[in-house]
Amino acid sequence: MRSNLGFFSDEKFRSIFFQTLVVGLFALGLFFVISTTSYNLEKRNIATGWSFLQNPAGFDISFSPFLEFKSTDTHLKVYFVGVLNTLLVSITGCIAATILGFILGIVRLSSNWLLSRLVYIYVEFSRNVPLLLQIILWYSILIQLPRVKQSLQVLDVFYISNRGLYSPRPIFESGFSYVLIAIVLALISSFLINRWAKKRQDKTGQQFPVFSSSIGLIFIVPLILFFILGSPLSFEHPELKGFNFKGGLVIRPEFIAMFLALSIYTAAFISEIVRAGIMSVSKGQREASAAIGLKQTWIMRLIIIPQALRVIVPPLTSQYLNLTKNSSLGIAVGYADLVHGFGGISLNQTGQAIECMAIVMATYLSISLTISFFMNIYNRSIQFKEK
Amino acid sequence: MKKLLSIFAVVAFAFSAHAGTLDDVKNRGFLKCGVTTGLAGFAAPDDSGEWAGLDADMCRAVAVAVFGDRSKVEFITTTGKSRFPTLASGEVDMLARNTTWTISRDVNLGFEFVGVNFYDGQGFMVPSALGVSSATELDGATVCIQTGTTTELNLADFFRLNGISYEALPIETNDEGKENLFAGRCDVYTTDASGLSSTRAAASNPDKWVVLPEIISKEPLGPLVRHGDHQWGDVVRWSLNAMIIAEELGITSENVDAQKSSNVPEVLRLLGVEGNYGEMLELSNDWAYQIIKQIGNYSESYEANVGPDTPLEIARGLNALWTQGGILYAPPFR
Repeated sequence: MRSNLGFFSDEKFRSIFFQTLVVGLFALGLFFVISTTSYNLEKRNIATGWSFLQNPAGFDISFSPFLEFKSTDTHLKVYFVGVLNTLLVSITGCIAATILGFILGIVRLSSNWLLSRLVYIYVEFSRNVPLLLQIILWYSILIQLPRVKQSLQVLDVFYISNRGLYSPRPIFESGFSYVLIAIVLALISSFLINRWAKKRQDKTGQQFPVFSSSIGLIFIVPLILFFILGSPLSFEHPELKGFNFKGGLVIRPEFIAMFLALSIYTAAFISEIVRAGIMSVSKGQREASAAIGLKQTWIMRLIIIPQALRVIVPPLTSQYLNLTKNSSLGIAVGYADLVHGFGGISLNQTGQAIECMAIVMATYLSISLTISFFMNIYNRSIQFKEK
Repeated sequence: MKKLLSIFAVVAFAFSAHAGTLDDVKNRGFLKCGVTTGLAGFAAPDDSGEWAGLDADMCRAVAVAVFGDRSKVEFITTTGKSRFPTLASGEVDMLARNTTWTISRDVNLGFEFVGVNFYDGQGFMVPSALGVSSATELDGATVCIQTGTTTELNLADFFRLNGISYEALPIETNDEGKENLFAGRCDVYTTDASGLSSTRAAASNPDKWVVLPEIISKEPLGPLVRHGDHQWGDVVRWSLNAMIIAEELGITSENVDAQKSSNVPEVLRLLGVEGNYGEMLELSNDWAYQIIKQIGNYSESYEANVGPDTPLEIARGLNALWTQGGILYAPPFR
């Protein structure tokens, strides 16, 4: 039955009408925000535009392990230093959180009452205390370490103080490139051995000690070559000169505090995800694999983990995203990340808040989308494939 | 559609156009003044929880000028970084927060500095045990520095000019700087010399710290307001000038009532006995009288908060009147 309302009673028309209306209102709202902002910026004589990126920064950043930074460099370089520092703490944090999370998730399921309780306490503590407080806690502990003049000396070559952990810096001499080439070749050949061994096992059922032979190839062969070439590697040792240690490699307490807090906090969530993933694999799977005589370690590696991964990977992705975004809390302890350097100091020295914040937000968005992209590819590769 | 757009335009106008800060403050019934998160002598809560200090007095003076009541102020704490957005967004009516007057802040950020209430310069503080006597000996030192400040830029310039290296440890607040310096995470703390004195005074054993003789920059600190609201700028500017002029004329909170019957024309103009300068500023005619009565003149505020008899022990130096060897100078009151 058709009513007299004509077009409006048509479901298709109605849905298009309302969707257009919503999009239109949204666009109008956006227009309103942008025009009001630019009107007010102009009225208050606040400079706008992107030319400030080419201006010299005028301040120094001391934590820049990948790029050399001087106060005469531009704000654009401040941005790159910030991105690299953000990526550094995010990537190392994700790796550590994953390893720790997997171990803890499995230990939590262990039949050892004490171990599983300890992990339980750890998980409940670290995921229920705000991350910011944990970062500040770690930093407060680290700056209570001995002063630089009273540094703890470990194994004669490492120095620990509240200025950080100093270690010798490796210096590669001529000839070391051959060792690097040997390592790369060893990696490729162990990959090929792995493929060959799998094929052979599929065909004949015979196994090949892939793991130990790969270890031999990757470590022992380059090591022998290293000594044949007359050890083309020396170390620059840190030395206490004047106010600070000179030379060597240094890991700053700001970085250590961020790294520890981020990885320990996120590992608690990951361990719960891993536990859930393992528990999602039906008990029958374990029993059936035991019935055909598989070893305990094999059951875990070949039967349980591959099935659990399908449940684990999607929430794991979002933990990686969280960790990356949480790294912006580095500002609390003066870790020179993107938010602190470019989104903080540059913003404040130039006063161009909208531009700086837009760039910082776009950067986090791109990093997050990149992580999602690769994790989705990985996720697809481990999904159950029906043959 | 046209109608809708015009509604938006009206709303946009309503959001962006201010009736004038002075009217806003009067309607609100109190002044919102941006201060530091706590810097003894300049703005910090005292034993009874009341904000006290040279900058706090500046805020109170403006409140007295507008309301005749020194308590009509809400103190809003700002960090070195949050101060400018806080002022630009209208969250505070003025800043009295150890802020250095520079061209880029005056011109590019859209603010207006209305005067200088403290002439300062950047200095360095080190543990006396370090045995350093000059800043040029600081090669390789770790320096604690507040981010988003002019000191950060001066520091880079100073070390570059002298060809010596340093490691910057960026911190957000003065307290954070104190904590890192006292723990030995950094060797040197650099900020305005007045801030160093304040930090040193707060140490458990002030003798263990020395402020180095070098002053590496000009830091004229003063109150600022949003650019474009000249009426409000005038109120803040002349609240400060009134305190300076009062010192010049020898008017104190003690003798201000007696001075009302003075025969010096400028005294009579300042205290509102003659002329209608209050009306010109849209304030009551005894606004300056009230400032001097309730807050005191510049010297009284200085001596009570940062002077030689306080833990900060800062001599008048540059901040003495121009007639007494300093550079403190206010335009004539006529």
